[in-house]
Amino acid sequence: MSEASVESKTRKIVIDPVTRVEGHGKVTIHLDDSGQVQQARFHVVEFRGFERFIQGRPYWEVPVIVQRLCGICPVSHHLAAAKAMDKIAGVDAVSPTADKLRRLMHYGQLLQSNALHIFHLASPDLLFGFGAPVEQRNIVSVLEHFPEIGKWAIFIRRFGQEVIKATGGKKIHPTSAVPGGVNQNLSIADRDALRKDIGQILSWCLLALDRLKRVVAEREAEHKEFAYFESNFLSLVRADGVMDLYDGLLRAIDADGNVIFDGVEPSSYQEQIIEEARPWSFMKFPHIRSLGRERGWYRVGPLAQINCAASVDTPIAEAERRLFMKMGEGAPIQSTLSYHYARLICLIHSAEKIQQLLFDDDLQGADLVVTGHRRGVGVSCIEAPRGTLIHHYEVDENDQVTRANLIVSTTSNNEALNRAVSSVARKYLPGNEITDGLLNHIEVAIRAYDPCLSCATHALGRMPLIVSVEDAAGRLVQQRIKQ
Amino acid sequence: MSDQDFLITVDGMKVRAKRGQTIISACDAAGVYIPRLCHHPDLKPAGHCRLCSCYIDGRRASACTMPAAPGMVVVSNNEELNNDRRVVLDMLFVEGNHFCPTCEKSGDCELQALAYRLGITAPSLTYQWPKREIDASHPDVFIDRNTCVLCSRCIRASRDVDGKSIFGFSGRGLGMRLNIDSETKLSDTSFAAIDKAAKVCPVGCIVIKRTGYRTPIGRRHFDKAPIGTDIEACEVGDPE
Ligand code: SF4
Ligand code: SF4
Ligand code: FES
Ligand code: NI
Repeated sequence: MSEASVESKTRKIVIDPVTRVEGHGKVTIHLDDSGQVQQARFHVVEFRGFERFIQGRPYWEVPVIVQRLCGICPVSHHLAAAKAMDKIAGVDAVSPTADKLRRLMHYGQLLQSNALHIFHLASPDLLFGFGAPVEQRNIVSVLEHFPEIGKWAIFIRRFGQEVIKATGGKKIHPTSAVPGGVNQNLSIADRDALRKDIGQILSWCLLALDRLKRVVAEREAEHKEFAYFESNFLSLVRADGVMDLYDGLLRAIDADGNVIFDGVEPSSYQEQIIEEARPWSFMKFPHIRSLGRERGWYRVGPLAQINCAASVDTPIAEAERRLFMKMGEGAPIQSTLSYHYARLICLIHSAEKIQQLLFDDDLQGADLVVTGHRRGVGVSCIEAPRGTLIHHYEVDENDQVTRANLIVSTTSNNEALNRAVSSVARKYLPGNEITDGLLNHIEVAIRAYDPCLSCATHALGRMPLIVSVEDAAGRLVQQRIKQ
Repeated sequence: MSDQDFLITVDGMKVRAKRGQTIISACDAAGVYIPRLCHHPDLKPAGHCRLCSCYIDGRRASACTMPAAPGMVVVSNNEELNNDRRVVLDMLFVEGNHFCPTCEKSGDCELQALAYRLGITAPSLTYQWPKREIDASHPDVFIDRNTCVLCSRCIRASRDVDGKSIFGFSGRGLGMRLNIDSETKLSDTSFAAIDKAAKVCPVGCIVIKRTGYRTPIGRRHFDKAPIGTDIEACEVGDPE
């Protein structure tokens, strides 16, 4: 990836999404002397204070503390930390009841988070078109014009939250995963209540996918070309290559679908992935060690989850995966907007998994926690709704955390976000004029990757932007705020 | 009612007491709850926290130290006394570092339960964010002074029940801290997880290692019975 060269007098356009939380980002578009887009960067001021904050804390506290990292994916952090702390507690395999209860919670989280993204954030763009007026591109308008879709939005999300509550005691911050297992099983009453609704939820997920496929078919060319670029992909898969979003081994493939590495234990992630710090960003840039920093960046998230899997072990999602992969004629799917399509397949997979688990008697088992001999290091990976999440902890002989390293999905997607914004800016930036069209398209491109800095904007359902144009000397030429 | 027994009046209710019994233990036996923090039924009274302060025959005194006497009239549950209790609790919250949502004692914590009972949702005083030390050296017990409320239960339990005198206080006022004998580490003492002192802490300061969060939310001590509805002080290790 090319750094903006220092010697050429580049002009800068800054786009700054304002959020009320730690996650805060902005987009800078660098123009060259002739006014052409040279490159774009997506900056994230990540909340890294966490790694220091947990130093000295006892390891069994971490799965609960770590949830406070993020308002959107607390469940993913809770489970990733619990999995890492299993290792610290000397446990390589938790009981079937513990494994399945955590999985059920995870699929509940994937269902509610993916639904939130698809319906509340992406659907206004997809249904009304990227050029539609701002007043129309929001969930309220969706509810008004497509009441059916609004119903799916509310009930699918709520069902996911109910699954989380049944498996973890609370809808948002469950605490049932403990080092070595879980502190509860699934009650018969909760199981039966969820069983009653899962069929309906699954069928709504299928209707949503059909609707999206129609949108894609109507605007095939636009969907294919929008913010298009090719990349490597990273995801967890099961040892046999089948999709497994809760646990498994790391697999990376290149743009042609060739394996870069495969079967990598999460504990060996550092042998394959290296994190690089850059002076202009608080964010680290993870990349694949063997390919180096220029070529080693990769994408994570639903598109990577689908591209990396050899197959999916639930029938409907597998049939849809095959259809989806046909578009690539044997190669991975690359277009930015196909993230939405892939996310819907993952949504269906999660609903199918929940259905399977609700009929599994292991969930009422009594064998909850396994113990072992303490170890000093624990690493885990999980496929969060936004992609691969890595938690890495070191714990001393007094049970206190001495070091933590987290690689979150948004960090992994950082270069992809740069590329997506660059691609859009090249196409939609007329001179140095910040038009509505440019803002909208940048927003749509960023949204496809669902970066987690949008913690606050998730609640609002849109991303406020501050856009500034700076001249070569760094003086502000133009600024626009888009609420 | 034996010859020794007599009656006192607490908030208008008749409560039977024995000679030599404190007001708080007579009330406990009768199922009448007086808020408390430093008092523990198995330990000698200390009169540290002022939470049990009542009007006893018209004068303010601690119900945990005052012996009951025939015909005594006690007022515990009125707005003035409860407001004073809120101020005491408020101070305890801001003088320590309490973050209930992630604390392993949450739901089993007497400080938190008292705050709920008295309707405190957030302290009204300014947080002090004091620096407090952790002692994780012991293989089975974790001490996190961030939540210590200086109630002296552990001190009395270690001295009077365990016969070890492992804990004490050092400093005064805001700088007061729980001190460990030999001024070194807990692992250098004869402290054991089965000691009474390991089981009486009302907050999350002295906890048994690797057992946190094992009881689901909703099934913890004060989830099932808000403080004051069953009078026994809760003991770590037997949350049921
Ligand atoms: S000790 Fe009690 S009051 Fe303090 S943080 Fe823990 S639960 Fe809350
Ligand atoms: S450690 Fe617990 S029992 Fe001991 S003084 Fe502090 S709060 Fe009281
Ligand atoms: S309980 Fe009486 S002073 Fe603490
Ligand atoms: Ni997040």
